[in-house]
Amino acid sequence: MTNESLREPRASRVRPPWWSAKGAPLTVVLLGLMMLWYLIAAAVNLAGVRDAFEREDIAYTTGDLIAGTWSAERPILPAPHQIIAEFATSIFSYPPDSNRSLVYHGWVTLSATLAGFFIGTLLGIALAILIVYVRSLEKSLLPWIISSQTVPILAIAPIIVVVLGSIGVHGILPKSIISAYLCFFPITIGMVKGLNSPDPIQRDLMRTYSANPSQTFFKLRWPASMPFLFTSLKVAIAASLVGAIVGELPTGAQSGLGARLLAGSYYGQTVQIWAALFAASLLAAALVAAIGLAERLVVRRMGGGA
Amino acid sequence: MLIQLSAALAFSRKEAEGRVALVGRIDGAAGPWRTQGFQFVLEPMRIDTAPGPEDATKGGRRSVIDMRGLSLTFKTDDGPVEALSNIDLRIDAGDFVSLIGPSGCGKTTLLRLIADLEQPSAGTLLVNGISPERARLDRHYGYVFQAPALLPWRTVEKNLMLPLEIIGLSRAQQLERARHYLAMVNLSGFERKFPWQLSGGMQQRASIARALSFDPKLLLMDEPFGALDEIVRDHLNEQLLRLWEKTSKTVVFVTHSIPEAVFLSTKIVVMSPRPGRILDLITCDFPRDRTLDFRDTTEFIAVAHRVRQGLRAGHSYDE
Repeated sequence: MTNESLREPRASRVRPPWWSAKGAPLTVVLLGLMMLWYLIAAAVNLAGVRDAFEREDIAYTTGDLIAGTWSAERPILPAPHQIIAEFATSIFSYPPDSNRSLVYHGWVTLSATLAGFFIGTLLGIALAILIVYVRSLEKSLLPWIISSQTVPILAIAPIIVVVLGSIGVHGILPKSIISAYLCFFPITIGMVKGLNSPDPIQRDLMRTYSANPSQTFFKLRWPASMPFLFTSLKVAIAASLVGAIVGELPTGAQSGLGARLLAGSYYGQTVQIWAALFAASLLAAALVAAIGLAERLVVRRMGGGA
Repeated sequence: MLIQLSAALAFSRKEAEGRVALVGRIDGAAGPWRTQGFQFVLEPMRIDTAPGPEDATKGGRRSVIDMRGLSLTFKTDDGPVEALSNIDLRIDAGDFVSLIGPSGCGKTTLLRLIADLEQPSAGTLLVNGISPERARLDRHYGYVFQAPALLPWRTVEKNLMLPLEIIGLSRAQQLERARHYLAMVNLSGFERKFPWQLSGGMQQRASIARALSFDPKLLLMDEPFGALDEIVRDHLNEQLLRLWEKTSKTVVFVTHSIPEAVFLSTKIVVMSPRPGRILDLITCDFPRDRTLDFRDTTEFIAVAHRVRQGLRAGHSYDE
């Protein structure tokens, strides 16, 4: 693009972000989904609302009925505005250390997620290095690593919590271990590929310099694996969040997004469940975005082009 | 069972000016402990009396590469493939030697043997009088690959500093050397660029500068300009000649271009495939300050003709 066209954008080109060339398709899809959501909410909540009106013997119109499906206290499927309202209340109406605040529960889950992510990343990278450098481990260790992921995490999570609890480990650590168990895997697989990614020609080059193994690692294999690392980290951070939430489910935990989900389903508080879900997905999106930001910074430092 | 022992004793130049190779041979067939024959050969080698590469007189120069009966057989799923068969070649200090031949004639393999990136199946090979492995560990040579092989996450300058970091020079020395050799290949001003910001020819120049940066006396080049267009290639050929003149290095250059080989070399080794062997060894004693116009002279055409005849004799033009 020339400088001139940059300086004088035509009036028709100026659009708000939600209606720009990039944003418009997303906005259209979002609106479509919202409409669909309201329709489905009306359909599934209809019977309950009609029963309520008839039980109370109140005369109602179709309009009342439909409005009722979107504002019921314990709907089967809450409408989007109810979820957003509940979400906002749980965040802004309580002090952040209150048991009713989503900020509090989110923080509990986030800290377990980050601790698990940290452990899982270190473990994943260490396993990848072992597999790359000790040839026999690729055949002996990798099948176990893969089969570790076929065991349902829901079955393993209570075992880990109980076993660790019996030796006096409580609090954040059992949850982090479950989270690490889920997130080390994509990192190992990605890093094995990344550390092996340098061309034969580049390895020969290091050989002609008579570089020692640690120089070859830090000057060639490690930097070459960075794009693979960040791709794996994005998958891993989402998996660690799932791990932390799953770790909160079977233990009767009092705090955390998982506990919030569980409490909501005990008491039929569907709006509360959906608000917690909404918080969890926002958290996941923020974490993935943070990794993406770190990736951009590293890529820029490493030349950006490759 | 055949065990070959080979030892080369090199005396320092000041003392004896000589070298003796001790070749032991044990042949055994029936069992591991029964030998059929045992023989020690005391074999006098060429006596080196020349003071070094500065001395341009023919025949008396220091040998940089010495191969005798060098063979390499690759084991593949379809049975053994004889990549190189019984190669004898001596390369003297200050020579510019081109290895030319069709694909599969083993010219790159020969270069990789010198660089200790492949191991011979038979024969002896000495680089600067020592084994290729020791020569590699002591960084006797710089290797330029077919592709520039610059690390994409390092700037041009940092790419040149890579071997210097590995050697362990100080930061200041690394920077100074990188700048110096970038200037030598006319890449001053591109220090902070990343490889992808450079053209193919510039990348290969940076790769040559990187091979020179730790000042090895021997330069091994594997079709460095093979992927470039002819105009860029001509230009880089000229630059390489100037560089060679300036630095008085020994160069072993693999190519499949006849004009390139004749233009650059003091010696041309014509090779043929299946198995890889040397067909002809041509000496071109033209002055070193050749320019591209040299290619239009009758001498040039005569040598190029001889190379082509050699290739034809090796059935390189069949099929």
